Amino acid sequence: MIEEEFDAIVIGAGMSGNAAAYTMASQGLKVLQLERGEYPGSKNVQGAIMYANMLEKIIPDFRDDAPLERHLVEQRLWVMDDTSHTGIHHRSDHFNEAKPNRYTIIRAQFDKWFSRKVREAGATVLCETTVTELVRDGRDRVIGVRTDRTGGIIGADVVVLAEGVCGLLGTRAGLRSMPKPETVALAVKEMHFLPEEVIEQRFGLNGDEGCVIEAVGTISRGMAGLGFLYTNKESISLGVGCLVSDFAAAMESPYALLDAFKNHPSIRPLIAGSEVKEYAAHLIPEGGYKAIPQLFGDGWVLVGDAAQLNNAVHREGSNLAMTSGRIAAEAIVQLKRRSHPMTKRNLSLYKIMLDNSFVVKDLRKYKDMPALLHTNSCNFFTTYPQLLSKAAQNFLRVDGTPKIDKEKATTAAFVKARSRWGLVSDAVRLACAWR
Amino acid sequence: MTMAVTKLRVEDKLYHNRYLVDPGRPHIKVRPHEKPSPNLLALTRVCPAKCYELNDAGQVEITPDGCMECGTCRILCEASGEIEWNYPRGGFGVLFKFG
Ligand SMILES: Cc1cc2nc3c(=O)[nH]c(=O)nc-3n(C[C@H](O)[C@H](O)[C@H](O)COP(=O)(O)OP(=O)(O)OC[C@H]3O[C@@H](n4cnc5c(N)ncnc54)[C@H](O)[C@@H]3O)c2cc1C
Ligand code: SF4
Repeated sequence: MIEEEFDAIVIGAGMSGNAAAYTMASQGLKVLQLERGEYPGSKNVQGAIMYANMLEKIIPDFRDDAPLERHLVEQRLWVMDDTSHTGIHHRSDHFNEAKPNRYTIIRAQFDKWFSRKVREAGATVLCETTVTELVRDGRDRVIGVRTDRTGGIIGADVVVLAEGVCGLLGTRAGLRSMPKPETVALAVKEMHFLPEEVIEQRFGLNGDEGCVIEAVGTISRGMAGLGFLYTNKESISLGVGCLVSDFAAAMESPYALLDAFKNHPSIRPLIAGSEVKEYAAHLIPEGGYKAIPQLFGDGWVLVGDAAQLNNAVHREGSNLAMTSGRIAAEAIVQLKRRSHPMTKRNLSLYKIMLDNSFVVKDLRKYKDMPALLHTNSCNFFTTYPQLLSKAAQNFLRVDGTPKIDKEKATTAAFVKARSRWGLVSDAVRLACAWR
Repeated sequence: MTMAVTKLRVEDKLYHNRYLVDPGRPHIKVRPHEKPSPNLLALTRVCPAKCYELNDAGQVEITPDGCMECGTCRILCEASGEIEWNYPRGGFGVLFKFG
């Protein structure tokens, strides 16, 4: 028996689900959003850098009341070996603009804010409710859901699956296969609290300015992975992540990696004296373009991390999630206005619109990157970082060795480690994957 | 020795987190087995909350109280049927304050 009918049911109150629910509710659709956590955000983890442009398209005046931490003026990319880092830093006063482009956020707080906006737009939001089943009719069309709250079916013309990277429902319903260990990374993260002034001093920041560090190198112990450190107002988020397949093959412990990162001589002074208030773990989709599953069907669409829409090269996910949620919602609103049914054929409009957006265009650009980093992780994450560190030291140390001999030694070290052919082929493959 | 030290550290980390445990309803179960597969064995190291441990008989056991619902064990061991994985009931499980 169908208990109640909605125009749309959104499963999940993360970035993609909130974007979808907000967009549909503000266009007058009758929307139900279901979230298994006690409050929106209680299950969600992010670094977290939030990209303003994609939120502006949904809530133009979000800066008025969204819980934003710091706007970014400086980005540091580090290549690390066990005792050093070599980096490219970019800091610009241009990032101190009236409407800054990137902010750090704290997801649990941000998701609560976003959910309030969804309610204000008119959607019904039910937390503490796990959706346990997608209900289908005799012709295999999705017609609603069952939850662990009531036994009955809640009906809808269309179900938006914004269920995140784990995506239990869609995989169990056979709408897509489960992510493979080599297409997801496991990240662990800690929240370190420090007084605002201390953070500003350590990173040379004024007021709400923020700085982020992303690091690759021996910290991932030969696995394909990355470390990060982001400044919030009164806290520092820091963590490491590596492919699940690499973790399993190497039998490495993520918390051991995290502790090694925290104790690295380049990181330790930045967090000295901090109070840790949380330890979190979450998966990140890393399969890229080739891992994107079927995105629509009779009575359903798939958005965000559940659809593997994550740009691992640029560390972007929440913006792809928000954009895919918004675009799916806009497609649904268009169909609704024309009184078109939510069939697979009609919902292909979502895919057409998404293919035309930066979401799919960016992922397509890097389609070969996941495979390259996966098969070549030891060279990219250990050998080259070590060589780079040695080269930098060799260049900087003044010890009476003629410069020409120093250069020769550096070249020889690269050739010895990877052979000439190995160096050329790595460079060519990297360039091709980047193109 | 190193195992014990590592264990201590993870517990120290999990101590900062908030959970609402659903008593008597573990959301993850390990299928009884003689000898764990390589992936199941790997969980004793890879699970970020160290929920999986080897017992004296060399089998893998789970205590999911500190689970952060990351899904890593599901990705590695659900397809083979070695573990059964579900979300906790609505409202239960880990409650990230920051995330
Ligand atoms: C450590 C880390 C750092 C990151 N850093 C960045 C960053 O700096 N910038 C960036 O842009 N992205 C970053 N990302 C990626 C970003 O967090 C994700 O891309 C984004 O959260 C995806 O949003 P989503 O809505 O698809 O999924 P989620 O935010 O995971 O939301 C899914 C929601 O669905 C709910 N749910 C799932 N199943 C059910 C069910 N059956 N019933 C009811 N509710 C359900 C969940 O509780 C959850 O609230 C990072 C990710 C991690 C893990
Ligand atoms: S879901 Fe993650 S934290 Fe929970 S038991 Fe599995 S691996 Fe461990």
